Amino acid sequence: MNDAQMIHTDLDSVLSAEELTAIDRELSHVPYKSGAAIDALKIVQAKRGWISDQSLQAIAKYLEMSAEELEGIATFYNLIYRRPVGKKVILFCDSVSCWICGCDGIKQKITDVLGINYGETTEDKEYSLIPVPCLGACDKAPVMMVGDDLVTHLDDAKIDELFTDKAKYSGGNT
Amino acid sequence: MPTIYVDDQALEVAQGENILEACLNAGLDLPYFCWHPAMGSIGSCRQCAVVQYQNEEDTKGRIVMGCMTPVTEGARFSLNTDNASKFREAVVESLMLNHPHDCPVCGEGGECHLQDMTVMVGHRDRRYTGKKNTHRNQYLGPLIHHEMNRCITCYRCERYYRDYAGGNDLAAQASHDHVYFGRHEEGVLQSEFSGNLVEVCPTGVFTDKPFLKHYSRKWDLQSAPSICSGCAVGCNIAPAERYGKLKRVHNRYNHEVNGYFLCDRGRFGSGYINSDSRLDYAGIKKPDGSFMAVHQQQAIDTAVEWVKNKKVAGIGSPRGSIEANYLLRELVGAANFVPGFSDREAGILKAIVRILKTTTAINPSIKQMETADAILILGEDVTNTAPRVALGLRQAVRNKAFELAAQMGLPQWQDAAVRNLAQDQRSPMIIVSATDTRLDDVASQCISLSPDDIAAFGYGVAEALSGRKSQDEMVNQVAAVLAGANNPLVISGASMLHEGIVNSAVAVAEQLHSCDKPSMLSLCVAESNSLGLALLVDDPNSDANMSIANLTKQASDFDVVIVLENSLERRGLSEQIDSLYKANTKVISMDILENTTLANSDLVLPAASYAESQGTVVNSEGRAQRYFPVYQPSTERLPSWQWLLKLAVGCEHGGLANLEYFDQVVAACANSQAAFGRLVDVAPMRDYRNQGLKVPRQTHRYSGRTAMHAGVSVHEPQQPQDSQSPLTFSMEGLNRESPAALMPYVWSPGWNSNQSLQKFQAEVDGPLKGGTAGVHLISSDASGAVEPAVPITPTLKPHHWRLVPVHQVHGSDEMSVNTDEIAQLAGRAFIAVGAKLAEKLGVTEGDGLIVAPHNTELSLQVKILSRVAKNCVGFSAGYLETLDLQPGDLVTLSKDEAWVQPTSTVIATDRGPAHV
Repeated sequence: MNDAQMIHTDLDSVLSAEELTAIDRELSHVPYKSGAAIDALKIVQAKRGWISDQSLQAIAKYLEMSAEELEGIATFYNLIYRRPVGKKVILFCDSVSCWICGCDGIKQKITDVLGINYGETTEDKEYSLIPVPCLGACDKAPVMMVGDDLVTHLDDAKIDELFTDKAKYSGGNT
Repeated sequence: MPTIYVDDQALEVAQGENILEACLNAGLDLPYFCWHPAMGSIGSCRQCAVVQYQNEEDTKGRIVMGCMTPVTEGARFSLNTDNASKFREAVVESLMLNHPHDCPVCGEGGECHLQDMTVMVGHRDRRYTGKKNTHRNQYLGPLIHHEMNRCITCYRCERYYRDYAGGNDLAAQASHDHVYFGRHEEGVLQSEFSGNLVEVCPTGVFTDKPFLKHYSRKWDLQSAPSICSGCAVGCNIAPAERYGKLKRVHNRYNHEVNGYFLCDRGRFGSGYINSDSRLDYAGIKKPDGSFMAVHQQQAIDTAVEWVKNKKVAGIGSPRGSIEANYLLRELVGAANFVPGFSDREAGILKAIVRILKTTTAINPSIKQMETADAILILGEDVTNTAPRVALGLRQAVRNKAFELAAQMGLPQWQDAAVRNLAQDQRSPMIIVSATDTRLDDVASQCISLSPDDIAAFGYGVAEALSGRKSQDEMVNQVAAVLAGANNPLVISGASMLHEGIVNSAVAVAEQLHSCDKPSMLSLCVAESNSLGLALLVDDPNSDANMSIANLTKQASDFDVVIVLENSLERRGLSEQIDSLYKANTKVISMDILENTTLANSDLVLPAASYAESQGTVVNSEGRAQRYFPVYQPSTERLPSWQWLLKLAVGCEHGGLANLEYFDQVVAACANSQAAFGRLVDVAPMRDYRNQGLKVPRQTHRYSGRTAMHAGVSVHEPQQPQDSQSPLTFSMEGLNRESPAALMPYVWSPGWNSNQSLQKFQAEVDGPLKGGTAGVHLISSDASGAVEPAVPITPTLKPHHWRLVPVHQVHGSDEMSVNTDEIAQLAGRAFIAVGAKLAEKLGVTEGDGLIVAPHNTELSLQVKILSRVAKNCVGFSAGYLETLDLQPGDLVTLSKDEAWVQPTSTVIATDRGPAHV
């Protein structure tokens, strides 16, 4: 069943008890239910990897917002994924420091190795590639994040090491 | 008043306004996009940039946004310095990067604010050669066409739709260069005010979908000042015509009534005027029951033959003009004239006239209602019975926000800041109703009570205000809220057909006056001229108020009954009406669309619609306003007042036979009774001239005037002449500097879009230079309205529910529902129950219920409401299927096991066969 068919199913049963507990915890910190919107999206995304239409509608209903209002928030932030992503999301910095240090070439290298461009996911659903404006690590530029790990001082060799010989990859903070 | 200097020119400006407003007030052309006079400033588009200088010596200055900069004494600005004008041009150039080059096929072209601003800033050459962003458009229902590629992200649509009109199904999505304004998923926009997006959007993202099906450019449209006939609010509209078809309806600014906005019934509900159900010819009924089409003169001759020297009765029309009703009354004699209300409606309207003539409360315009700081609504779903008023109430509850802003020294126009400050803090609005209303989302309290209990609640509040506390704590709380307000507003009306509710509202308003509050009392009535007609038959010295029911009983006493624009079936009483048709009395009817009354008449006369005739209507505020013909009716049709006048002339009627012009009818009516004395002041007479010329209905660029009918005949037709009004079917004349009642369209050099309105306003957001259209006919002697408490109806029987009417903005109105798009939105007639009752009856939304009043029964589709008063069920008011259901009746309910849920309620669609 696709999302379109699911739309009018029982939205109350979409979110798990665990998710609802976590959202309730956030709700206790905010004066308006809609104030927990971003956290609720993050909670559900942490469990499911992305926010489907159905998840979005369920969260909106729970927070007493319209789906449009929550959609506005979900799509504003590019770290809320409204489409399925790979197991690890590569957040590739294309901001000024990284650009001066040659990130364009590195990005091309990633595309060559993984076969994906910005906004795309590898066929094996391992990686998605998304640009970000800055990761706050300009002193170690060029940088990117792979999943939860920051990878610094990028060069072609490191990209090969990361993505072609995964066995060698041992953390990233080098 | 501070003085500011703009390009070294000293300007006296109003304290508290911003630079953009100050410049526009001074007649300067400062471009803008996101600012709107009704919605204030957010500084998002950067278009109104000006340079501000520190002092006289400062030659460099800095760029500030005009709409975000308050005026201060001695402040110095420049619009024309290179920095400012280059900045503004750059802003337009950047907006144009992604804007398509599709003006020739865009519905906004020729009245596009973006086009105007692009020309104004001097941006001419495109330098960008890259690809433009493209978006997927959404289906937003039958009224609004979506073309997202044209968006310049000014955020006006979202600010209007969500912040101003309270809709929650349109939002800004995504960020930076792929911002998108739309719904979460495709579907019909849910707001009753969605149509204003067409005028609010500065470019062609949201356009009028029905208009696009038979599109003409603004400059090719012929318009006239008109009044909406959709309800009794009396919004000023500018309908537009070409090729003999009504093309569209735009808002016509009236400072005190509708301001900048209309409801969707008003904007889109006139499509029936082009419908195939219009009568083309007069018809005489043949013995076999069918009609023989006859020409106008033959129809008049026949009518004269039937009417002359005979005993004739007349049934008037609350949707007909004062003039037409007046002529009918004079023709048949006051004793033989009935207004054409249902009996219950007549009683309530009689009471309302009495109340408005004596109340100490102010009968407010929408503009005045927007100043209320506490609102009590008794029994009215305002959004569905007087829609534009509801939009005003949504602004009134923001007075709390403005109060908080004033404490912080924030000007009202700082829109985002004021909204952030207030969050959901609103001025109190208490809604006491039988079923949920479309204002519940901004109400401080919603109370569900049966109609009798609503009246009792109202009386309780009045008592509590007088110091006698109620046992019901809720009543005392509401009284305390009203007593604590500076400017309380009480709203009620005739929609529940319950006199007690109206009377209790009056009691509250009068009691507030006794507590030294300048209270406002607004009473909604049903049709565009309900109040005008009630005034016409208002005779305090006489109790004789013949109802339709009485008339039908005496039908055989009359040789002829003349029915003016009235579908009698809609007045209840189907049995009595049938007896009228069966009696040996001839029935002459004139109306716009085919209906049962016409089908049962012996002579039918095709009447012109409001767009093809002129007349005066009185809104629920007591404001008389005139509408003028946009175009001439087709050959065989006549405005009702002309049918009646020709009939009177044919019958050699003493008082009427010497009348020829509309103005003479107005004058005769004004002389006939004191209440209409000011009718002659409603709009200028036909001899009005501006610089020696009549007011043009056509724009100065109107094209193809002599060739547009070449498809029919190559001979150039003579331009129609208008001897009846101060308007002309021509482009010759001045479109500005006319009285407000004669403003057919807005246009000003360099300002082709509706934003040119500011050139017609005396000041930003103020009244028009030509004044404010309309004249108040009812002035109260402030002696205090005292209405008797209406006895409570008998208590319920077990297993019975009381019927309460549920009004629908799309569906309950007789005429607009004959427009395809409105019919699609109206859907099917329904019976509305609360969730608990639905469960008890074993039904869910879309199932069928057998509703049995008295000895009949009918099956209706179930609609589940979020709140319904105990022991009550709602029914769709004004739908053909439910015309026989009477408010207040007791019914039994049972599940209709044989009910087949209709596969689709779509009557017309523009989505292709797959969606039907």
